[in-house]
Amino acid sequence: MSGDYALVLPEIIMAVGAMALLMLGAFGGEERQTGRLVWASAALMAGLGVWIAAGGGSAGAAFGGDFVVDGFSRFAKVLILLSSALVLLLGEGYLARRGILRFEYPILILLATLGMMMMVSAGGLISLYMGLELQSLALYVIAAFNRESPRSTEAGLKYFVLGALSSGLLLYGASLIYGYTGSTRFEVIAGVIEAEGVSLGLTFGLVFLCAAMAFKISAAPFHMWTPDVYEGSPTPVTFFFATAPKVAAAGLFARVLFDGFGHAVAEWQQVLIFLAIASMFLGAIAAIGQSNLKRLMAYSSIGHMGFALVGLAAGTEAGAQSLLIYLAIYVVMNLGVFAFILAMERDGRPVVAIADLAGLARVRPGHALAVAVLMFSLAGLPPMVGFFAKFFVFKAAVDAGLAPLALAGAVASVIGAYYYMNIVRVMYLTDPGRPLELRLGLLQNATIGVSALIMGLGWLPFLGGLGVPEMALGAAQALLR
Amino acid sequence: MSNLLTLITFLPLIGALILVAFLRGSDAMAQLNAKRLALLVTTATFLLSLAVLSGFDPSNPDFQFVEEGEWMAGLTYKMGIDGLSLPFVMLTTFMFPLTIYASWGVETRVKEYMACFLLLETLILGVFTSLDLILFYLFFEGGLIPMFLIIGVWGGKDRVYAAFKFFLYTLFGSLVMLIAMLYMYWDAGTTDIVALLNHQFSYEGIDLLGWHIVGGAQTLMWLAFFASFAVKLPMWPFHTWLPDAHVQAPTAGSVILAAILLKLGGYGFLRFSLPMFPVASEIMTNFVFFLSVVAIIYTSLVALMQEDMKKLIAYSSVAHMGFVTMGIFAANQQSIDGAIFQMISHGFISGALFLCVGVIYDRMHTREIAAYGGLVNRMPVYAAVMMLFTLANVGLPGTSGFVGEFLTLVGTYQTSTWTAFGAATGVVLSAAYALWLYRRVLFGDLIKESLKSITDLNAREVTVFVPLVVMTILLGVYPSLATDLFGPTVEALVENVHSAIAQAAGPLQLAGR
Repeated sequence: MSGDYALVLPEIIMAVGAMALLMLGAFGGEERQTGRLVWASAALMAGLGVWIAAGGGSAGAAFGGDFVVDGFSRFAKVLILLSSALVLLLGEGYLARRGILRFEYPILILLATLGMMMMVSAGGLISLYMGLELQSLALYVIAAFNRESPRSTEAGLKYFVLGALSSGLLLYGASLIYGYTGSTRFEVIAGVIEAEGVSLGLTFGLVFLCAAMAFKISAAPFHMWTPDVYEGSPTPVTFFFATAPKVAAAGLFARVLFDGFGHAVAEWQQVLIFLAIASMFLGAIAAIGQSNLKRLMAYSSIGHMGFALVGLAAGTEAGAQSLLIYLAIYVVMNLGVFAFILAMERDGRPVVAIADLAGLARVRPGHALAVAVLMFSLAGLPPMVGFFAKFFVFKAAVDAGLAPLALAGAVASVIGAYYYMNIVRVMYLTDPGRPLELRLGLLQNATIGVSALIMGLGWLPFLGGLGVPEMALGAAQALLR
Repeated sequence: MSNLLTLITFLPLIGALILVAFLRGSDAMAQLNAKRLALLVTTATFLLSLAVLSGFDPSNPDFQFVEEGEWMAGLTYKMGIDGLSLPFVMLTTFMFPLTIYASWGVETRVKEYMACFLLLETLILGVFTSLDLILFYLFFEGGLIPMFLIIGVWGGKDRVYAAFKFFLYTLFGSLVMLIAMLYMYWDAGTTDIVALLNHQFSYEGIDLLGWHIVGGAQTLMWLAFFASFAVKLPMWPFHTWLPDAHVQAPTAGSVILAAILLKLGGYGFLRFSLPMFPVASEIMTNFVFFLSVVAIIYTSLVALMQEDMKKLIAYSSVAHMGFVTMGIFAANQQSIDGAIFQMISHGFISGALFLCVGVIYDRMHTREIAAYGGLVNRMPVYAAVMMLFTLANVGLPGTSGFVGEFLTLVGTYQTSTWTAFGAATGVVLSAAYALWLYRRVLFGDLIKESLKSITDLNAREVTVFVPLVVMTILLGVYPSLATDLFGPTVEALVENVHSAIAQAAGPLQLAGR
């Protein structure tokens, strides 16, 4: 039993830390303290992230297999923890300037992150649901964090109502699966499927489960909430939505499908192919008409999740590897882009229209270059690293005999390239309007610069992909062990 | 040195990074430093490429200077050159310092301008030196980004339209090629170009959506690659982006576009379409001949009617590329030798012609042919230079333009008399539009007020033109300087193609050809 607790040590530290900081915030009483709480929370998450990345903690299964620590969960946790910490720090100034930096903010992010850590370690349907709800509830609240703003409140409410619906779907699916296999643990479920095949009821349960998880990663046709929530939430919260939760939800998706339903690939492959194609095309086409950067990034994230699902749909080790590579690259790109969006201001008010970027290349050539590199990378144009993200998922799909899916993805990526290029056009090829103010500190500049540098030059031969492909391979092998 | 090709390829990129990262300010001094650094880097690249040239063994048709290593996640980093790619590498490294020096007058966003050109050089050199499918695609497609910016930022009035047109046209072409590449990888299990050259792709006819496709998979892949290369080259009727892009691009952009970027398509045909899909190439020969002859005659006629000098030269480029495609797919020693020679010589000649237009554009800020006349009176040196390149463009014996056209025509004559006949008509037409242009711009009386104070070439412009003049005449009177480089490789290529076609002859006839 004590071994079990050793495995969940990072989660325990997170939970205890969140509680302690909550007490400090509630009874400390000082407004000034909030800044310290943000830094403490970020330090906690970053510290744990580095510790896990350095190989801290042991691997294995705890609590009767309901909680799994393996290479896969480590990879996802490092990504989640580090990006959450960075998002928290980058958003602090924005919230403080708007007067909405309250002490609940870092605590909610901590709790959401804890939920995500549970999700990627889930070894059964119970722990899956527990992690998912912990994350979701925290996210509902921070979506509505700017309670003076009707749009933010609307975003929170909308997210909550639709999120509750998806939780309902998930629970219904989980109950069917439990009913037809007699267990909530993925290991047992996989064993039953291997022995008896997939019954009709089990297929139903699986489909419900897939629908609920598609909602969480905002894959079409379960994406409806995304643009509104992205637009309505305060920008730092949108930033958060676009990074860590996507990794966690996609990781959970992979966990369920490979660990629980690894012997039923044929059953879920069609579902995923449909989700992937719908998301890629919706993300590419619907974004064209957007004039608001946050909405654009919402559609962009829908599209990107579609591409990530292509890797998952392959159902192979290379597919899982390409999914993880995709997520890592996606997170790094989004960190850079959102760090920049957060800094956009005019007359002390945040602006998020694409038109506000007009002529940026003349006023701020360095930042324009970095954003342009990130846009090229998001578009998946070679030689940017974003191209490799797409290339690996397509390669996995072709290897798995899904060439038409890769074909569809290639077409979608050309359509999508247009709107990313459009941003570059606005920055480089139009005349500057009223000057845009950029509120950039050292951390913001470093984030934008490093992320653009990685995206622009990470492909160079002697870098070996910065080791990410190997780590992702290890993680994928752990998942398919 | 074993990493010479990598060094040559990435040296300009390093220069670009230094420019972006360390050069601050936008005063005259900073601008001059940016130009100097770019010139220095491109010249160093050229000198290094001379080392490759001297170490290259022309009699060996295999790949030389091969470097191979792990890239990431199962991808391979492989570089090397053979007789097909070396001339293009040399052309690229030769042209870049000249264009940089020719852009000495640029004053807006100089640092970014130079960085774009350096990045472009890395990407173009990468295309010619990579021996891995994915690496090739990376460089091939990557060239779009700097070119998009060069046209879009430093171009003329309708630059945004032209930049997007250029971008979307070529992106669509490349996308189709990428899918074919994924299929090739799936079929052959490797992305190594050397291995793929020895892999036999299936040419058994297949039925797809009710259509019978002769040549099967080979034909489909040939078409996919064709979509990309035909747009890049460009061939009629995929050429419409070119005049727009040329007219809007700054002078140096036009030079690079005409001299080097267009050659990517021709190189692609030689590296992929012909040797990897020989049967499909054989099937498609008449199709290509048809498009080539139409390109030569039709675009020559269109060129006759142009009122913008750059557009005229752009259309003339399309016509000259018609000789290239015709030569490549006639698939014999003379025709392919001629096609490569034509590409190299067109690199010098069209580059020089765009520079000639740039010279008077810099002075008068118009490219309207009607705005000029009688320039010879004030600009004798310019008139002489322009005369040389006009005649070289026409294909006058003694200039490099003649050798390429003549060899492709001789080679094609052996395969298809009528194609050679049609193409020869184009030679006459090219004389018509080129000489007429020359007459309207240079000759006649100098009656226009605005031209009365125009000055002749300055020392910098003369410096840019001298190497081009030398190369044009040198290759014209001593063509084996170039043909010796790629002759043996072409010989091996032709042999392979013909043996593959001979092998396939039986099944193809059964397929009802």
